[in-house]
Amino acid sequence: MVRLIALVIGLFFSGWLIVSAALGGAAYIAEPPAKTVEAAFHEHPKHVSFSFDGPFGKYDRAQLQRGFQVYKEVCSACHGLGQVAFRDLQDLGYSEAAVKKIAADWVNEVPSVDPATGEAATRKALPTDKIQGPYPNEIAARAANNNALPPDLSLIAKSRHNGPAYIYSLLTGYQAQPAALLKQFPDAKTPESLHYNPYFANLNLAMPAPLTSDGQVTYADGNPKPTLDQMSKDVSAFLYWAAEPKLENRHRTGLGVLIFLLLATGLAFMSYKSIWADKKH
Amino acid sequence: MSFPWAEQYKPQNPLMQWLDSRLPLPRFVFNAVGAGYPVPRNLNYFWNFGVLSGAALAIQIITGIILAMHYAANGGVAFDSVEHIMRDVNSGWLIRYGHANGASMFFIVVYLHIFRGLFYGSYKAPREMVWLLGLVIFLLMMATAFMGYVLPWGQMSFWGAKVITGLFGAIPLVGEPIQTWLLGGFAPDNAALNRFFSLHYLLPFVIAGVIILHIWALHIPGSSNPTGVEVKTEQDTVPFHPYYTAKDGFGLGVFLIVFAILLFFAPNFLGHPDNYIPANPMSTPAHIVPEWYFWPFYAILRAFTVDFLFIPAKLLGVMAMFASILLLFLLPWLDTSPVRSGHYRPLFRQFFWVLIVDVLILGYCGGAPAAEPYVMISQLAAAYYFAHFLIILPIVSKIEKPAPLPASITDAVLSKQAN
Amino acid sequence: MATLEQSAENAGINEAGVRRRDFINIAAVSFAGVGAGTALIPLVNQMNPSADVLAMASIEVDISAIQPGQAIKTMWRKQPMFIRNLTAAEIAAAEKVDVATLRDPQTLEERTKEGKRNWLITKGVCTHLGCVPLGAGEGEVKGEFGGYFCPCHGSYYDTAARIRKGPAPKNLEVPEYSFTSDTVVQIG
Repeated sequence: MVRLIALVIGLFFSGWLIVSAALGGAAYIAEPPAKTVEAAFHEHPKHVSFSFDGPFGKYDRAQLQRGFQVYKEVCSACHGLGQVAFRDLQDLGYSEAAVKKIAADWVNEVPSVDPATGEAATRKALPTDKIQGPYPNEIAARAANNNALPPDLSLIAKSRHNGPAYIYSLLTGYQAQPAALLKQFPDAKTPESLHYNPYFANLNLAMPAPLTSDGQVTYADGNPKPTLDQMSKDVSAFLYWAAEPKLENRHRTGLGVLIFLLLATGLAFMSYKSIWADKKH
Repeated sequence: MSFPWAEQYKPQNPLMQWLDSRLPLPRFVFNAVGAGYPVPRNLNYFWNFGVLSGAALAIQIITGIILAMHYAANGGVAFDSVEHIMRDVNSGWLIRYGHANGASMFFIVVYLHIFRGLFYGSYKAPREMVWLLGLVIFLLMMATAFMGYVLPWGQMSFWGAKVITGLFGAIPLVGEPIQTWLLGGFAPDNAALNRFFSLHYLLPFVIAGVIILHIWALHIPGSSNPTGVEVKTEQDTVPFHPYYTAKDGFGLGVFLIVFAILLFFAPNFLGHPDNYIPANPMSTPAHIVPEWYFWPFYAILRAFTVDFLFIPAKLLGVMAMFASILLLFLLPWLDTSPVRSGHYRPLFRQFFWVLIVDVLILGYCGGAPAAEPYVMISQLAAAYYFAHFLIILPIVSKIEKPAPLPASITDAVLSKQAN
Repeated sequence: MATLEQSAENAGINEAGVRRRDFINIAAVSFAGVGAGTALIPLVNQMNPSADVLAMASIEVDISAIQPGQAIKTMWRKQPMFIRNLTAAEIAAAEKVDVATLRDPQTLEERTKEGKRNWLITKGVCTHLGCVPLGAGEGEVKGEFGGYFCPCHGSYYDTAARIRKGPAPKNLEVPEYSFTSDTVVQIG
């Protein structure tokens, strides 16, 4: 009885699936879906190597400081870094006093209340505060940006596939829409308010190229040269640190744990073999 | 029950004697996983995965209890509290990545454990109850994993909650009220997050309880073995301790090495980047997929694209997805072959390998976008999945001519040694 | 004899074999024990204060509005702080006490800053069992020694916030602080 019911159910599910596949397949062959402009022109991130790649990767403190400078002078005009506190910047090699100064000098003040009247006010940031973006809320952010929302950048490097390479590619990928694209897809012209970038999923994004020329940011020691390429790379590294600040600790701990486990497992294997030595199995 | 030659627990220490006559817990452990449990001597490495599943559960419970000390189940702060764990809590990143990757490790070893059972016919009499309880554990694990994935309250969490509770919405008439009841609202929000957190904390302990039943049911007939031939004499067995404790210790080491590589060097490899974006009810990610361990079932869910008479395709998909797991409960009665082990079943063995490939294909399609040709491939693969269990297995059991079985476990071992 | 010798020889070999095997097993089990013990460290350490709690900023308090004889309560590291502007009489009362008779001998000088004798800054946490003593707020009971009084178990503190009577073992704790100007004090 069980087997009979099973047979009926099996025939129904399998049969209907085969019918569905045939119908779908026929439609697919009769009317193959048109190739989309994204499928044709979207590009995967460029290959770029960072000091933190690989199992032994470490951050390059000087690069992170340069990247922070790019974030501070360019990105922070629109984007917050809401999961990162100023105190975390000590990890970049800044002293406690330097962090205090960075916080106090930060353009976007922290929402607070007036201690005398209790009315809403702002105060200077302290090292314990999170790094604020310029907008108090989403509506203000959209209103100032033609209804586009500049996302918080704390986790941007982990919320995109191959994050650091993606950010680097996006920053260096702005270009005029290729003539070939318009020839193949005449309707896909980039709208007036958007900007063409083949590394962006739907090819057109609201953010105008933030880094436009070499030397846009002046690096303190003038070395390396702040080329567009260098600045993009530095800020990508900084944003990866912002998303994964414990990477070095993780790599170091992991190495120790692995060495220990290899030894322990080797011993466990010898122990297993010796216990079974007189048993055929 | 045990074999008559099983070693008896004889405490020498007076304290242990005192304890044994009042609360014989050490005796219980001795008989369950100690020298008092005789086990076939010929178990291969595939028999390690039961103990490893238990270890994975223990890791999940320990790391989970710790995460709950720092996590806040409130839509407004859940995402930030996870980031707080990752950035500020001492070793928080280790515990959180451990829990996230521990879930994957748990499913890896449980899937291997299940396929071990499928190949060696461990579900057959007299071990049906072991198999059924195992399936209950698997269902509980899936529920726990799903609710746990909602807790970080990222984009995938939110949309996962919405889509999976939406499955219940497919039930005719009562579907929508059920979905609203499950969520405590019209969309996932605080109410859903809090009940998922509560149940996510509870279910692992229920799983632990069912595991005890699972092991209890196993100890009645004793462990099966790669030949599928029952234990006949003392020669066929060895005591669990030290023989299999040593082997499981080695297995645990290998398990931990794989786990450590994932945790320390590729902690986000099995995750989805979109879950690092806070939940946003106003925008769905371009490509929503569950965690990898649900992909085969997700592919079956999406494989139904055409209504059948009055049954909408959505309902068919939901029914098929549940059926794909529930049919395993019937397996002991679908496969009627008296021979257990796939080693001695030439025809069964071939279909078994087809099934493995089929499930891998389903998994791949489940993770791929819902577009052709993946839909068509998953339809054919799902068709085979149902046909394999519901049609092919009963027929194979009838028509197959099994290879000759060894006279005993010891015979099999010695003849293998001789070759 | 031959058999005896032989068996003795066998026993010797076995013993050595057993010893080697035991050594491996003991080593493997000890290794596992060390690993499990080490794994416990992060599991225990996670309960310690997290980085954001440890980084709780030092606070700056404007004390210009506190008149002699008045006190304010403020919050530092989630605990109450008392900032009290002592009157000349209170200072005199505190300095008159023979330090040798005190349970926790400390002079007012040791508990305040040079040139700022009138500013008594202490934690508002009774050293007995952690209640908040009375005496800082307007109109609160100051107790028979004119400083603070903890109503939970009756501890009396004097005008230098030293324990004088009752079960508390220590004086009210003076935190680390400094004057950044005449009217602003930074605690922590």
